Amino acid sequence: MRPVPAAKQGAARTEQIILFRVGGELFAVSSASVQEVRGVDSLGGSATELSQPGLRKVRHIVRRGGKTVYVVNGAMHFGLPTTPAALVFVLRGTRTALLIDGIEKMTAMTRLQALPKAFCNEERQWYRGLTSLDQSVVPVVAPEGFLTPEEVALLDAGLQSEETTEAGTDDEETEWTQ
Amino acid sequence: MSQPAEPRVQSFVLLRLGERRFAIAANQIAELVPPSRVFRFPHRTPEVEGVIVRRGRIVPVCDVGGRLIGRSLKSLRLYLIALRRYGAQAEWVALPVTGECELINAEMSLASSADSPHVAGWLSHAGDVIEVLNLNALTPGPSDTGAPAATPAAEEARP
Repeated sequence: MRPVPAAKQGAARTEQIILFRVGGELFAVSSASVQEVRGVDSLGGSATELSQPGLRKVRHIVRRGGKTVYVVNGAMHFGLPTTPAALVFVLRGTRTALLIDGIEKMTAMTRLQALPKAFCNEERQWYRGLTSLDQSVVPVVAPEGFLTPEEVALLDAGLQSEETTEAGTDDEETEWTQ
Repeated sequence: MSQPAEPRVQSFVLLRLGERRFAIAANQIAELVPPSRVFRFPHRTPEVEGVIVRRGRIVPVCDVGGRLIGRSLKSLRLYLIALRRYGAQAEWVALPVTGECELINAEMSLASSADSPHVAGWLSHAGDVIEVLNLNALTPGPSDTGAPAATPAAEEARP
């Protein structure tokens, strides 16, 4: 008996993706999810270092359009050896800017396979799925997976307390100088 | 009056891990594939070694050697593609095995409460008593799965 032929499909839907490296490993992200790509050097002036970081992977913040964006070290997030980051992705619709080693290339994917259910831990938040590209398999990251709502709340609370302390210190200094 | 259930002859695939043999119900097995390239990426499920690509699908490689024989199979190995159920869905998983597998017909005795969860039962073959594996307990997956499923899930995210 001959196998039933697969149903004909229309033109394959594609999605533009950016292949990038973190800690030497290859990942993909939808280019629609990346609002901005900046060099780490150009970020220097606008980034503020957190004096008491609540999460190891977040050491800096950037203020953008009245909101605070947390700079996530991609290598620490994925548990990879830390490498010097060259670029930052500001991720659309999130409060995350992601430190990466560099961009490999831009390409298109035609198929995204859901992460197999055997993967049953944190990686389920990290990835939208897997795609086959150039005889390789690349995980496609979920932009909202770099910081959970709980982590954002923790960072917000830490930042608020830091700002309160700073304001208090400023007041004390002002009083003292008076 | 109810009669005790008689053992029923079923088909099993015998697989080898190192020097030990195990069995899996044949209706859970898709194929035995040659050594394939394992693609690895960061994740937090230690029992999953990576993924292989088979017939256009990405299949997780579940290292069951550590649990069954106390070590992973690192040398030349084949992959047994088996069906793993997750509640109402099912997916293929790849199990590294040593050498060829064998299809047999045998009667299985059900596991007792003293057996490990990954033991579905026991069968006797060629003088050996062989563990029949329960893939749902042996391979990782979300813990909230219950009812069995009939077909592999074709879960696909749309780009």
